[in-house]
Amino acid sequence: MIKNILNLGDAALYCDFGNEVNQEVNSSVIKYFYNIKELNIEGITNLTPSYNKLIISYDLNFHSFVSLKKKIEKIEIKKNTILEKNIIEIPVCCENKFALDIERIENKLKLKAEIILEKFFSKNYFCYMTGFVAGMPFLGDLNQEMRLKRLETPRVKVPKGSVGITEQFCNIYSFETPGGWNILGNTPQNIFDTSNQSRPNLINPGDTIKFYRITLDEYNEIKK
Amino acid sequence: MNIMKSKNKNFFKVLRSGINTTYQDLGRDNLYHIGIPFSGVMDKRNFQLLNSILQNNYNSPVIEFAYQGPHLKYFGDEIFFCISGNVSFKIITKEGSIDGNCYQCYSLKNGDEIDIQSTNKSVYGYLSVNGTFDIDYYWGSCSINTQANIGPNNGKKFFNDLEIEIININNSFNKRKLDYLGGTIQHIRVIKGTNFHYFSNSSKSKFFKENFKVTKLSDRMGMRLDGPKIENIIDPNIKSEGLVKGVIQITSDGDPIIMLSDHGTIGGYPKIATVISADYDRLVQLTPGSNIKFKDVSLEDAETLYKLYNMETDNLISQIK
Repeated sequence: MIKNILNLGDAALYCDFGNEVNQEVNSSVIKYFYNIKELNIEGITNLTPSYNKLIISYDLNFHSFVSLKKKIEKIEIKKNTILEKNIIEIPVCCENKFALDIERIENKLKLKAEIILEKFFSKNYFCYMTGFVAGMPFLGDLNQEMRLKRLETPRVKVPKGSVGITEQFCNIYSFETPGGWNILGNTPQNIFDTSNQSRPNLINPGDTIKFYRITLDEYNEIKK
Repeated sequence: MNIMKSKNKNFFKVLRSGINTTYQDLGRDNLYHIGIPFSGVMDKRNFQLLNSILQNNYNSPVIEFAYQGPHLKYFGDEIFFCISGNVSFKIITKEGSIDGNCYQCYSLKNGDEIDIQSTNKSVYGYLSVNGTFDIDYYWGSCSINTQANIGPNNGKKFFNDLEIEIININNSFNKRKLDYLGGTIQHIRVIKGTNFHYFSNSSKSKFFKENFKVTKLSDRMGMRLDGPKIENIIDPNIKSEGLVKGVIQITSDGDPIIMLSDHGTIGGYPKIATVISADYDRLVQLTPGSNIKFKDVSLEDAETLYKLYNMETDNLISQIK
């Protein structure tokens, strides 16, 4: 449930679902997102769901903060909103040339690389949100003993396909972009397809991700 | 509109692409949730003025350039072009070369060239013609987003030897112009952000009292500022959440960064403030080295200022003769 609606600047509502980040809170955000999207309210220009917030951008020629806030507060969320939940398998190669931060992860977690990877691949992950750059999924949750902070100094360029971890989350870099996550591997799978305009994202909020490990030969084979 | 069907292909050839030249229109909506920002023209007023002078559709795509623009050679039947912003450019014809004025239409004949040398005391300028650039739409927009390679030209900025075809030339076109010098801005007005309380009292007061300098690390994604360090007293990170154009985040280093049209859709730095919609066009035109002073306004005032800003634009459009 929305706990509070504030303004983010003069052209967006900031819907706060509380401070907790878990799948229940996030599912509530995603339900609101789909329900509002379905209403096709004229003048709403963007809906941005995240772990525990929903930002609603609007055109100031159509709405003021007060009028749109009232409208959103009145929206009844259908109890039976069924979220589409796909299970998606993602191949990851953890050869040294891809596992850019494996030594740092070993040192910070005080675990050997093989143990880290075993723990990483033994779990399924839930997609909380996508964004930052086109198609990038934010997945969780990592086991407690796998959690570490971002790099102190972010990389200027993280290679496309990099799989990274930070705090309770992991992600996949859909493009080469700056970033500060701890990289432990790389997927040859393209997760954002510009040419597929109706469904460019391979992974969407609510989906479950199963990572599986591949060799360098298999990586190169898929990459072809 | 009287559309002339031409037998010949009408096109520009790019002799020099310029620094950051792209196609832009009003951008693409409702894709933040998959990580795609609005994009679109940085300076919407100059976009509106240009399309109005050229009697084009409201959302006709234009060529946006930053600092140094492109050098184009034209091939085809006579057309007209116009440039908006504060821009120095030359029109090179068989008769010689003349300096052009912004917000004024010029004729282009086969073999003529436009050399856009630089924007003056501003970052962005715009060029269009009395016709349509023949380019593809992606999610309802021709805007090029070079970060995610979305848009025409495979989502990449202009390159040398590129050909730009022009179709739907408006044959009933009459030359018009506008006398307009553009506006400068001393203060950037902002609304306090959702994490305003994350910062120390002295930093909050410095944020509104002291000058910040626009740095060279500024582009269509964001504008980094240099000034007094803003001290965070709660946590240098928040749980990543959605961003909008104009949000000012404070990085772990204590420096402000303002989100612009191609910004990442999600961010994890605390938000100290958001630039009001009425000041966005003038904000993006501030060149590296410019000083910014932030002024706090209420949400109600921001809404009114936006209406006034739009009225001012409409008024300028009505002065086009």
